[in-house]
Amino acid sequence: MTEENAGVATMLDRTDIRVKHETGVSGAVRAFIHRVRSGDLGSLPVVVGLALIWTVFASLNPVFLSSNNLVNLLFDCSTVGVIALGIVCVLMVGEIDLSVGSISGFASATVGTLWVNQGWPVALAILAALAFGGLIGFIYAVLFNRLGMPSFVSTLSGLLAVLGMQLYILGSTGSINLPYGSALVNFGQMLIMPRSIAHGLAALPGIIMLFMSIRTINRRRLANLSAPSLGSVTVRVVAITIALELIVLYLNQDRGIPWMFGLFVTLVMMMNYALTRTQWGRAMTAVGGNREAARRAGINVRRIYTSAFVLCSMLAAFGGVLAAARLASASQQAGTGDVNLNAIAAAVIGGTSLFGGRGNAYSALLGIIVIQSIANGLTLLDLSSSLRYMITGAVLAIAVIVDSLARRSRVSHGRA
Amino acid sequence: MTDIPTSMVPAGERVLSLRGISKNFGAVSALTSIDLDVHAGEVVALVGDNGAGKSTLVKILAGVHQPTSGTVTFCGRPVTLTDPSAALNLGIATVFQDLALCENLDVVANIFLGRELNRFQLDETTMEVRSWKLLNELSARIPSVRIPIASLSGGQRQTVAIARSLLLEPKLILLDEPTAALGVAQTAEVLNLIERVRDRGLGVIMVSHNMEDVRAVADRIVVLRLGRNNGIFTPEASNQELVGAITGAADNAVSRRAGRRQPQQPIDGGRA
Repeated sequence: MTEENAGVATMLDRTDIRVKHETGVSGAVRAFIHRVRSGDLGSLPVVVGLALIWTVFASLNPVFLSSNNLVNLLFDCSTVGVIALGIVCVLMVGEIDLSVGSISGFASATVGTLWVNQGWPVALAILAALAFGGLIGFIYAVLFNRLGMPSFVSTLSGLLAVLGMQLYILGSTGSINLPYGSALVNFGQMLIMPRSIAHGLAALPGIIMLFMSIRTINRRRLANLSAPSLGSVTVRVVAITIALELIVLYLNQDRGIPWMFGLFVTLVMMMNYALTRTQWGRAMTAVGGNREAARRAGINVRRIYTSAFVLCSMLAAFGGVLAAARLASASQQAGTGDVNLNAIAAAVIGGTSLFGGRGNAYSALLGIIVIQSIANGLTLLDLSSSLRYMITGAVLAIAVIVDSLARRSRVSHGRA
Repeated sequence: MTDIPTSMVPAGERVLSLRGISKNFGAVSALTSIDLDVHAGEVVALVGDNGAGKSTLVKILAGVHQPTSGTVTFCGRPVTLTDPSAALNLGIATVFQDLALCENLDVVANIFLGRELNRFQLDETTMEVRSWKLLNELSARIPSVRIPIASLSGGQRQTVAIARSLLLEPKLILLDEPTAALGVAQTAEVLNLIERVRDRGLGVIMVSHNMEDVRAVADRIVVLRLGRNNGIFTPEASNQELVGAITGAADNAVSRRAGRRQPQQPIDGGRA
């Protein structure tokens, strides 16, 4: 600190000599270690867990890491991943939606019925499914805001009620096949990015990051605030870009990156922006952290809860539409079984806290890759679904234990 | 005692005027027909025993609770404070006793909570600069504005809460026990700040148990007792008068204690 700041007038946020400020790359590493030790784990558990899971499955069956299998994995991730993204929203405000599986199943049934049976245009059918999803979320919000019904109970009853609606509109046939060759089914099963576009898109996050960082650095310098060095930013950008390009290169050896996965990642990035860079996202975090404080700050707490529930249900419905496209059918089984738990588990494993006020959109992406890797790996090993359920359940339990322990450690280290 | 002698009313328009404010929580009457006036450029201290209704009155003015009956007039217009945002929008800022900060957000986010700059693309740099300026104005000792509130001490949190109330440039500031959690120097800073706020022509209502602080800055001292007005004093009033009004009797535990201590002092040598 001394050499760097000797010439410059003391920066606004560097006037307090009691605070240690780590600078440079080694400083960043030290700060990271300190953060983790005090319980601010971020995405670390999921990255470690993923490495562990992949190592185990790759050693048991080399097919697991083949690019063909990984492309399938990405297709499967996208559907439940979108649902998990909605779960991140409700978890941010400290609530839960246990009915996302049913909502996704109902949405796929709606699309099947309206599009195939009633002959609606497919876009309109999808919009109708999303609207129904939003309506269900709005009902949860009204029950929560006006009647004080805990979301745990309202969505648990919703789980059953919406499943009933799904069975009702499917009627006696029980399942509707979506036409092969239609745009929706192609999108869910085959559409792959051209190689060059995939490489271009993989370079995009790095370019955006670099651009934004340079802008932030300039603005902070102008405002007489400390700013990260351009060097450390460049190191991060280059590392991320190389990693993404290598992933794309590997997946391109087989089919390549599914457009559906691209859509999922785009949604994740949009949600990340909304949660971190807008007033709405700030309000979501505040409500999840301390509801009464948020209310006294003049935030319309009810509106925030409503937005979280509606967004969650709409994303669940959208995930259901994607699942229908993936399977080319809308059946009674859609959205049942482990869809619900996988979506919730993905958000929690990815690092969004069940206790509210902590989390990020990327936890849906990272978490769902973990969950689908387990499902995919166990299927490749030809294990029955009984074992798969047990193992997924255990992984969820471990994730929640890590969350609880990290929370306790944060409290004792004075981090929220 | 509700009619205020004209000599005690400082020059300046009436910012806030309460008439007959009552608040019932079920069978309990927390406040009964409270009258209160605050003028621009005036510090009104609200004192009273535990359970006198001070915090309830503050919460009514902040829009957290709604009065059962009575009228609130703010800047000459009758207003209803339906929720906290209504009070904030009128220009009534409150520093609550239970600070009402979000522990998971950092200092900047808390100061600007609900009033972020640039709602679709938060202007973090400007918000951080303004936070530092506000905090420096309060001579705050905050190590960094980018750490979560959870890692700050009670006094630091108090400073953040006060800084937040100033952000809006309010017409009236309510401070509920502003110095209770503060050290000696910070208490002096907060008292200085209250005077600076007054000199800028704002109205200040300050709830406090600390008679020393109250005398130091208040222009008028309003005593509540069991949810009712129980007298208005100047800072020159004697301690006995004030304590009598607060406890409701000339013969009270405080004066009995004071009487007892005098002859005892040679024996136990006073307090260590």
